[in-house]
Order: sequence, then C-alpha cells, then structure tokens
Amino acid sequence: MGLKDTFLIPRFLIYVGIFIFLLFMPKLLPTYQLMLMESGITFAIMGLGFNLLLRYTGLLSFGHGALFATGAYAVGMMGEYFPDLYRIEIVIPISLAASLIVSAIFGFICVRHTRIFFSILALALSMVLFALLVKLYNITGGSDGIHIDLPMMFGKSFEGMKRFEFLSGAYYYFLIGIFAACTIIMLVIVSSPFGKALQSIRDNEERAEMIGIRVRRYRWYAFVLSGLYTGLGGALWSFVNGHVSPEIAEWVFSGEIVYMTLLGGFMVFEGPIIGAILFTYLKLYAVSITQYWMFIIGATLIVLVLLLPEGITGGFVKLFAKLKRGEATGAV
Amino acid sequence: MENWIIYILNGLYFASFLFLTSLGLSIILGVMGILNLAHGSLFAIGAFMAAWIVGAFGAKAPITIFVIALLAALGVSGLMGLLLETSIIRPMYQRALEYQLLITFGALLLIEDLIKMTWGGTAYYASKPFDIMGNLVIGNNQYPLYFLFVILITIMAGIGVWFIMSKTRIGIMLRAISMDREMARAMGIRIRKLNTLAFGMGAALAGLAGALIVPTTPALLGIGMEPLIMAFIVVVLGGLGSLKGALVGALIVGETRSIGIVFFPEIELPLLFLIAVIILVSKPQGLFGR
Repeated sequence: MGLKDTFLIPRFLIYVGIFIFLLFMPKLLPTYQLMLMESGITFAIMGLGFNLLLRYTGLLSFGHGALFATGAYAVGMMGEYFPDLYRIEIVIPISLAASLIVSAIFGFICVRHTRIFFSILALALSMVLFALLVKLYNITGGSDGIHIDLPMMFGKSFEGMKRFEFLSGAYYYFLIGIFAACTIIMLVIVSSPFGKALQSIRDNEERAEMIGIRVRRYRWYAFVLSGLYTGLGGALWSFVNGHVSPEIAEWVFSGEIVYMTLLGGFMVFEGPIIGAILFTYLKLYAVSITQYWMFIIGATLIVLVLLLPEGITGGFVKLFAKLKRGEATGAV
Repeated sequence: MENWIIYILNGLYFASFLFLTSLGLSIILGVMGILNLAHGSLFAIGAFMAAWIVGAFGAKAPITIFVIALLAALGVSGLMGLLLETSIIRPMYQRALEYQLLITFGALLLIEDLIKMTWGGTAYYASKPFDIMGNLVIGNNQYPLYFLFVILITIMAGIGVWFIMSKTRIGIMLRAISMDREMARAMGIRIRKLNTLAFGMGAALAGLAGALIVPTTPALLGIGMEPLIMAFIVVVLGGLGSLKGALVGALIVGETRSIGIVFFPEIELPLLFLIAVIILVSKPQGLFGR
C-alpha cells in the first residue's frame, strides 16, 4: 500500500473524527478526568513505540520502563540544573536525545538475543538504570525523585498558574497534537519498506537474512525508534504527573506496559492506544476501591491471558468476523 | 590477607542465595521453557513464613525452630508452586512467549497482595538464629557462623538437586523433557506430572532461599524483587537450564558483589551487569549454555 492510499482509507477518516472529538474534550470532561485522559495519552504514545517492537519486530521487552524513565528524568534534570533552558520546545528534544542514547546502548546489547533472553536482558538493564537512579541521589534525588515545574511554552510563561489549569489549557492541545503526529508517523513507519522488513524478520529470521536484510541492525533500529517513542511518552507524562520517581524505571512498571498493550490487543495497530487509556482508568479505579489493587490488576491480567489473549480490539475483530460469517450463512 | 578471606567468604554467602534462587529458576526454565517472574514472590513467601514461625515460636529453642521454619517455608512455597502450575501455568505451554511471561507477571502481582493479606504490611524480624550462632574469629575479624550455616545448607541442597537430576529416574526423565519435549512424550514420559513436579521443586528451592535470608534482614513486602533480578543475571551468565552454569554464575555474581561492595559500593550493581554484558557479547549462550 502506498502512502497515498494509506490516507484515503476509512481508518484515516475515523482518525480525523477522533481527533476532532479530542479537541473538544476539555469542554466535555471535568478537569480531573481530563488529567487522567492526558496521562493515558502519554502512555498511548509509549504503547505505539512498544508495539513496534512487540507486534512488528517480534521482540518482547520487559525493560521499557527504563526508557520511559529516561525521558521523564531528562525533563526533571533540565528543570533542576538548567532552569534558563526550561522551555518545552528545548526540553522535549533534549529528552528525545537522552532516550536516543540510552535506547541505543540498551538496544545494542539486547538485540544480540531474541525471545526470552531478549526479555531478560532488557529487564536486567532497566534495573541497572533503576539502581543508578536510586543510588546517585545527589544528582537524581534518589527515591524521592524530582519535582517537575511548569515549563515555558513557546515563549509563554505559566508561572503562578495551577497545574490543572496548565494541563487543561495549552498543554492539552500540545499533547494531542504530538499524539496525532506520533500516530501518523508510526503508521507510516509500519507500512514503509522498513516496517515490512521488520515484519519479515519477525516471521522468518533466516529468510529475511537471505534476501539481504541486516537482521540485527534492523532490530536495533526498531529498538531505538521504540525507545524514542517511549522516552517522548515519559517526557510528556512527567508534566502531567508533576513528579518523577525511580518507580517508573522499575521492572514492575515495565510489566504494566506489557499489560496495557495486551489489554488493548497488540495484533491491532490501535490496540495499545486503547489499552493504555483503559489501563489508566482501570488502575485508578482499582487503587480507589481497595488497598489490594495489585491483586485486582494481577487477577484481571490472568483472566485476560486465559480468556481473551487477543485483547479488547482483537476480541472485537473476532466477534465482527463471526457476525459477518453468521450473516453469510444466514443468507444461504 | 585476612580481609580478603572475609571478602571471599562473604562472596560465598551471597553466592549461596543466588545459587538456591537461580537453581529453581533454572530448573523451571530448562524443563518447561517458562521464565517464572513470580519466582521472587515464592522467595518472599518462604521469607515471611520462616520469619513468622521464628518470631512466634522461636523464643525457647531458636535453632530447632529455625530448622522447622526452613522446612515449613520449603513446603509452603513448594505447595504454592504446585498450585500455580496446575491452575494457570499449565494452559500456557503451547502459547506464545508474551503470554507465558505475562501470566507469571500476573501471578507475581497476585502473590504480592496475598502476602500482604496474610501477613499484613509490617516487617517480620527473626534475627534470633543469627545472634545465637555467634561469630567465628579470623585474625582480627569476626565472621558470623550463620553465614557458614547458610553455605552448608546450600551445598546440601545443591548436592540433593544434583543427585535427583543425574542419578534418579525422575531426574533423567526431567532432563529428557528439557532436551526434547516431543521425543520425551513419545517415549511415554508423563510430561504433565513431571512439569508440575519440576515447578514445585523450583518453587520450594526459592522458598528455602527466602527462609534463609530472614535472620539477616527483616521480611518486608517486595523482598523477593532483588533476588529475582540477581537470579536472572546468574541464569543469563551461566546458561539456560544448566546446574553447573547456575553454580558458576552464582559464584561470579556473589564474589563480584562482595568485593564490589567493599571497593566501589555505588556502582556494584552496574559492574555486575558490565561483566554480564561482556560475557554475553563474547559468548551469547552463557558460559555453560547449550
């Protein structure tokens, strides 16, 4: 499918509809709900990147929390050490650069393995970053983390403004703008020759190598791209959350990333987006009703894996296919 | 010189925990091909069980009670492992890697909260056995006898596992499964039963390791996380499903940690990973991997 066709399919029209709907969101949702939504959208950006690795390259990373933390901590440290440069248009590229470096290093090591060893290595490396974030407390604030101030945005200062005002105002539109751009870029990536090469590696490594694809190199590229998306998600999330602490680098959070993706359904391009937003609400709901929220998240995860392995979107696709077939047989 | 003896003995002590934990992980990974993320939680169950028993009944005869606590921890974790395998892990053997990892991750979250429900969120202290055993004097330094006790138990457990794996019928069948599942099935080996057994055995070893750690650190929520990560490194270093690999990996990691803590405490963990990375880049299957 060429680029031109991609933009003409009904899916793209639905995107435009959703985007317009998102523009009116601040009028529809109460502020608190809107902030949750924003947090969900930052996770969705990360989910897009995560799924490039899982769905399209066939690599399951259990250490993406570290890359998320890289983006978020880059923001925090910029605010801490370079207050003069604390403008969103400078901070975001810098956290992208930081994610680029960290994911290039992680990726270089991890792509030497596939399957389970890839997952373990990613997990282990993420724990190195976690340990560094906790132990180098002079620089990183240790387990207390760093407070995130409101940044300057395109020359406009938000000093003295409450965080929720900032989040339901300019920042929201900035966020959904980036989200839309990220979605389209990822759609282009996965349908580009590069994306197809990744999928061929996933399907058959040896055959891909035979037709001249540099397997390890391409896996590395995919890891770095995925890391950039994840870091960007982390940077954007840090403004919403107002605080970064090492927990996001810990592997339990990495596990939650995998969970989100599976919840939405990783076989569908939009699955991780839906999963990320749903997960945000699910987790908050579980935390608000009981102190044993991990039990609820764990139990739902097990039920999901046992009964609905394709996730919500996958389930819908299946149901839809079944209905269609039912109609067809009904007509005969 | 005497200091170095202490460092090396400390390293052996670290290595003992790592060996016990990673041995269980390695058996499960080798026989079933499943990476058990809930392994640390089984470790934690053992820790809480032992600490609770020692705290509740250990006033009079701490050593006897502690030995009973060790066995109890072994039993409870083993039972939990059997339960896990038969209920949720079993349907996963035919499924993709993502699902296998996620189901054990779900089990991890579940067990963490089960521990919280059973024992509450408070810390359990069980330092009595450690205090009572006293110290061994080496030159100007003192070395806790308890550490030697742990090393001894680990050697016993290691010999036990080696004996089961290489000399008994069950062990030979387990190794057959880990080499070729299909062929083992064709030869009439009852894979389902042996899978359950292997999982229970791995879980019991994790519980034993957890129980051994409580005399030195209180049992807290999340106590199993660090051992799990360390066990991953050991398994990656030593190579998948290899007893020898787990032993050598545990020794490398244990000694590096012990010496690293003395000379560069801040980067002791990154240093370990650096070693792991160097070994992996030069020998991707791990030291003793197939």
